[in-house]
Amino acid sequence: MKMLEVQDLNVWFGSGHDRVDAVKNATFDVVKGESFGLVGESGSGKSTILRAITGLAPDWSGKIAVEGQVIGHKRPKTFFKTVQMVFQDPYASLHPRHSVDQVLGETLQLHGFKDIDARVVKLLDDVGLGQKFRFRYPHQLSGGQRQRVAIARALAPEPDLLLLDEPTSALDVSVQAEILNLLADLRTEHNLTYVMVSHDLSVVGHMCDRLAVMKDGQIVEVLGVEALRQMKATHPYSQHLLAASV
Amino acid sequence: MTTLLDVENLWVRFPTRQGVFDAVRGVSFTLGRERLGIVGESGSGKSMTGRAILRLIRPPGIVEADHINLEGVNLLDKSEKEMRDVRGQRISMVMQDPKFSLNPVMTIGDQIIEAYRLHNSVSKSAAYNKSLEMLEAVSIRDSERVMRAYPHEMSGGMGQRIMIAMMLIPNPEILIADEPTSALDVSVQRQVLDIMDKLVKERGMGLIFISHDLNLVADFCDRVLIMYAGRIVEVCDADKLHDAKHPYTRGLLNSLPRLDAPRNRLEVLQRDPAWSDTPSVSGRE
Repeated sequence: MKMLEVQDLNVWFGSGHDRVDAVKNATFDVVKGESFGLVGESGSGKSTILRAITGLAPDWSGKIAVEGQVIGHKRPKTFFKTVQMVFQDPYASLHPRHSVDQVLGETLQLHGFKDIDARVVKLLDDVGLGQKFRFRYPHQLSGGQRQRVAIARALAPEPDLLLLDEPTSALDVSVQAEILNLLADLRTEHNLTYVMVSHDLSVVGHMCDRLAVMKDGQIVEVLGVEALRQMKATHPYSQHLLAASV
Repeated sequence: MTTLLDVENLWVRFPTRQGVFDAVRGVSFTLGRERLGIVGESGSGKSMTGRAILRLIRPPGIVEADHINLEGVNLLDKSEKEMRDVRGQRISMVMQDPKFSLNPVMTIGDQIIEAYRLHNSVSKSAAYNKSLEMLEAVSIRDSERVMRAYPHEMSGGMGQRIMIAMMLIPNPEILIADEPTSALDVSVQRQVLDIMDKLVKERGMGLIFISHDLNLVADFCDRVLIMYAGRIVEVCDADKLHDAKHPYTRGLLNSLPRLDAPRNRLEVLQRDPAWSDTPSVSGRE
């Protein structure tokens, strides 16, 4: 079954002379339980696709369907229970004056949960933080710990589809390994579907089953991870990208 | 080999409410006309080492060293005014985050022209042309538009390339690059490294390349210092980095995902408290 379907997606910013077409005719779909990667250089529109799916980029056309339901420009409440996003920079995506407990508690309350206390405890355990971090503020956490909080926040509404926008690019390699392991564990535990954006081909190769290579707003190639490992990309740009990253 | 920079027993300290925190603890190294890599995790003191050389650490931070010699002249003895002639002109530094290093209310063109005209007495139009040339050298395509743009209109990768252009325009002897390419994509990363590589070779510049990316450093540098908790734990030739002995270096190497060797789980670094107690290894040639 298809978890996410994107067809002829166009995203643009500005109008008239200043109009920038960030994504042009992007088409791909992600099967339930799959982990799908989007790679490309900065400005290729990979993050913009994620932002368009969640509604953070207002100007888009085309078809986006989640679990078979076509999404309009106004998203229903249930959408946010199904789809959640983890952002790139753990230093910027947490409110500096909200404790971990407030961050998670507020999210849970917004999604209408009643047993907030028990759920906060469970979320922190799920991401491997434990109780002692519950009343800390973001500045008291390391980058890796903050990203764990951001992942816990995304998991709070019990989503099926997690959009990961460069979840480890701001982290050290040793911490990156921990977070990637955590994401892999969570995927099996919660039956999650991932769409992961990264500029690091080896990270995508490690995490994903299939990936799309993007250039100048267009998807130039969709290939399986096996083909990637054997360096069997067909499009010249993907070959160039592969050659540069080995 | 000619020694450009000679650092002996460098300490960087920050007094805190819980006592003095030592960010860098007794680091010694020399830099010739070469590409010296400093790798380590965040908090290992690698950026602080770079900043301490330029005396960019502000009070209450304390920098102490037996000497920091730039071609035989101790930088620690210089007055703040004399340091201003060193910064940019003789040693320049590319900072980690272009978002915080570019002036948000000045166009990019004005900033680069300012950097150039501060050290060279040339006309505005000559500086403009030189800036355009430099932007093209760091492979920015529509450089004229970029000259008129403000930093917030640029992507992270563009910003970083602009920073590099700005730092290289006064033609310094030593370039300290603090994670210059971590915000860039692999394809652009290569180009930027090639530009820096060319400059080191052609102009005989010394380069201190601070990075957390082991593969990149192994590929790009001549010599590598590996830092952990404010000390150098290992020094090795860059091409032999993959045969490194220290368990910390090995741990970092093993935690990287690799395309050619897929694994289900990545190895997580197990830290040994003894690593931070062993004295610093000297990075002298």
